[in-house]
Amino acid sequence: MKTLLLDLKTSVLVTVVFALLLCGAYPLAVWAGGQLLFPGRANGSLVTDATGAVRGSALLAQNFSSDKYFQPRPSAAGTGYDATNSSGTNFGPTSQKLADSIKAAVAAYRTSNGLPADAAVPADAVTSSGSGLDPHISVTNAQLQAVRVAKARSLPLDKVLAAITAHTEGRDLHIFGEPGVNVLLLNRDLDEAAARK
Amino acid sequence: MNNPNAWFQFALFVGLLLLLTKPLGLYLVQVLDARGKTWLDPVVRPFERLTYRLCGVDSAQEQGWIGYTLAMLVFSLVSLLFTYFILRYQDHLPLNPQNLAGLTPHLAFNTAVSFTTNTNWQSYGGESTMSYFSQMVALTIHNFMSAATGIAIAAALVRGIARQTAQTIGNFWVDLVRITYYLLAPICVVFALFLVSQGVIQNFKPSTVAKTYEPYTIPVAKTDDKGQPVFAADGKTPVMVDQSVDTQTIPQGPVASQIAIKMLGTNGGGYFNANAAHPFENPTPLSNFLQMLSIFAIPSALTWYLGRTVKNQRHGWAVWGAMAAMFVVGVLVCWKAEASGNPIHQHLGLAAADGNMEGKEVRFGIFNSALFATITTDASCGAVNAMHDSFTPLGGLVPLFNIQTGEVIFGGVGAGLYGMLIFVVLAVFIAGLMVGRTPEYLGKKIEAYDVKLVMLVLMVLSLTILGFTAWASISDWGVAGLNNAGPHGFSEILYAFSSAVGNNGSAFGGLTANPANGDPHWDTTLAVAMLIGRFLMIVPILALAGNLAGKKLVPASAGTFQTEGLTFVVLLVGTVVLVGALTFLPALAVGPVVEHYLMHAGSLF
Repeated sequence: MKTLLLDLKTSVLVTVVFALLLCGAYPLAVWAGGQLLFPGRANGSLVTDATGAVRGSALLAQNFSSDKYFQPRPSAAGTGYDATNSSGTNFGPTSQKLADSIKAAVAAYRTSNGLPADAAVPADAVTSSGSGLDPHISVTNAQLQAVRVAKARSLPLDKVLAAITAHTEGRDLHIFGEPGVNVLLLNRDLDEAAARK
Repeated sequence: MNNPNAWFQFALFVGLLLLLTKPLGLYLVQVLDARGKTWLDPVVRPFERLTYRLCGVDSAQEQGWIGYTLAMLVFSLVSLLFTYFILRYQDHLPLNPQNLAGLTPHLAFNTAVSFTTNTNWQSYGGESTMSYFSQMVALTIHNFMSAATGIAIAAALVRGIARQTAQTIGNFWVDLVRITYYLLAPICVVFALFLVSQGVIQNFKPSTVAKTYEPYTIPVAKTDDKGQPVFAADGKTPVMVDQSVDTQTIPQGPVASQIAIKMLGTNGGGYFNANAAHPFENPTPLSNFLQMLSIFAIPSALTWYLGRTVKNQRHGWAVWGAMAAMFVVGVLVCWKAEASGNPIHQHLGLAAADGNMEGKEVRFGIFNSALFATITTDASCGAVNAMHDSFTPLGGLVPLFNIQTGEVIFGGVGAGLYGMLIFVVLAVFIAGLMVGRTPEYLGKKIEAYDVKLVMLVLMVLSLTILGFTAWASISDWGVAGLNNAGPHGFSEILYAFSSAVGNNGSAFGGLTANPANGDPHWDTTLAVAMLIGRFLMIVPILALAGNLAGKKLVPASAGTFQTEGLTFVVLLVGTVVLVGALTFLPALAVGPVVEHYLMHAGSLF
């Protein structure tokens, strides 16, 4: 019994000391270091326009649906691209709902990009990401959308393709992960180039 | 799988893990010795001494297994209550800029148990439920303490194996403090800063509202002036109205500090609902790679600590080899399944070469999603960078089976090693039966009492998983939580209880454990499963440690079974796989296995 009470006292004290150190000092130290060394990234990699207004985050997908914009992957976050409700569809491989939504997305993708009825569609273009906020699309997906975007913006195709190349993020250190095109930054640059004309 | 770059990443991962094992193992030897010396002593030693003085710990006094167990249990209970009450009353506590409400009793209980047991099952979406204070204090404290507890238990068991005719197996408080101060905290500070450099956020600001580039409309349910939904004339169909969306609310918070320990401590509880798939938790492939490495780093080094402490380094490497072999096979099966993709979707026009991208992020692609899924379930981590629910049947079978083996393939910090040592004792016992000799393990006779403890652990865990799965499968509350129909729905239930008992915390995430109607069944059964999985494992293991510590060493003879070399590795892998397979194959057959064939037949549910 005496040991038990002693353990109880030690437990309470250790919890308090650990809370102060690991839940107070530790996050504050990381906060101070992060804000000092990487202020932009520690605060969400925010993208601002010429007036200084926040337009989004370079790391989070936004909804783009008109022809003049490159379109991100479908999103299951909230009602779509809701950054306060990150989520995938969590539909399994034999889900009727998933098959239906892929079928509709494939048809829509072929129509809007003028592809033949039997063209293979890039998987990332018609499936939802894990977070619903995936900022990237595959390079193939971007290239297939380039014709539509060029037409809607009355731009030469090679200009749009060059913009894709400029926003393709390669493998980290040429080794890790897969290349992807950042949709938000690409669309922003196309808008800004149009505004400069 | 014809992606040479992916093979290179795989080789690099295994190579780096191998290289880390000895140096980190050497460091662990010093940390887990109360009189050990590390290069951090000048800075940390004064804090360590001060902590002992403040908390009234006599660091020179070791405990027997009962004393050690009691300290661990009392400490777990106190810290569980600490978290429970913070979560219940977070609306009265500071750092809640979004004014989130306190949690319901069953959700708070589920979450407190979940983090205390190193499970980090999340019945809630972090960004919409937890205040910064709850994330930073109530949850993060367990990320450290449950990890430190796991490593402490493993150290106690290894001491029990190494000592002879000893009464004590270490001091719980000293282990806890030293592991936290010398190992977890220093690595986390550096790791968290690295994560910030990759784009993981760390601030205390309220959410940022961004003005999006292209406004759009979404249909939402119409509500009357009292906030109640309006229904059409039939009284059932809700009336929808278009709502214009021209902003995106970007969440903020102290994320990096929590993610670092979430991975290193194999906790897995994410800051956001989407866990490590969320770009703010895991922004780049480089952050992804180091997060994966940090899951396996300590479990891998603990095998070296084992070898060193029992003075048989080849035994330590044999255990490492058995783990690595099962790990590599798991990755290859999962990768192959995901790269092959889903024939149903390919038939609809999806490019076959792209594999199964549903629930995966472009920056990680197929390979890094399959690798992460295998690692996080080999260990008891449970963080996810892709949605396991949307994996192909066989791709999802790998994480599920990994958990069901008891997470001994490197495993959770500490938990992986003590779980594997259960199988080592069983393997030695089986080998002894085969040759008709009293089984010995590193010079200790393995007797009836030891084997009973081992079997107790294995049977209680399997029974809990299968029992709860069976109950949920035939209950209204169980089926109500499902997101998928058909065999995949059953897999969701089986995965949930495997994950809870295994203290993993990953999920077939479509399952709703905390439904809007407030039904407490899922939250409560999962919490009970997590408690059983943690403490009915740890207590018998500490009893085993105490019993082994008291035994005499028997000199090795010609007939002694060698616990090193290839024969032992094969026997150990065989034991793990056979026990897992014999217990769970029937359940797996009606879940992922049948779904695999149905998928190829084109069936939909």
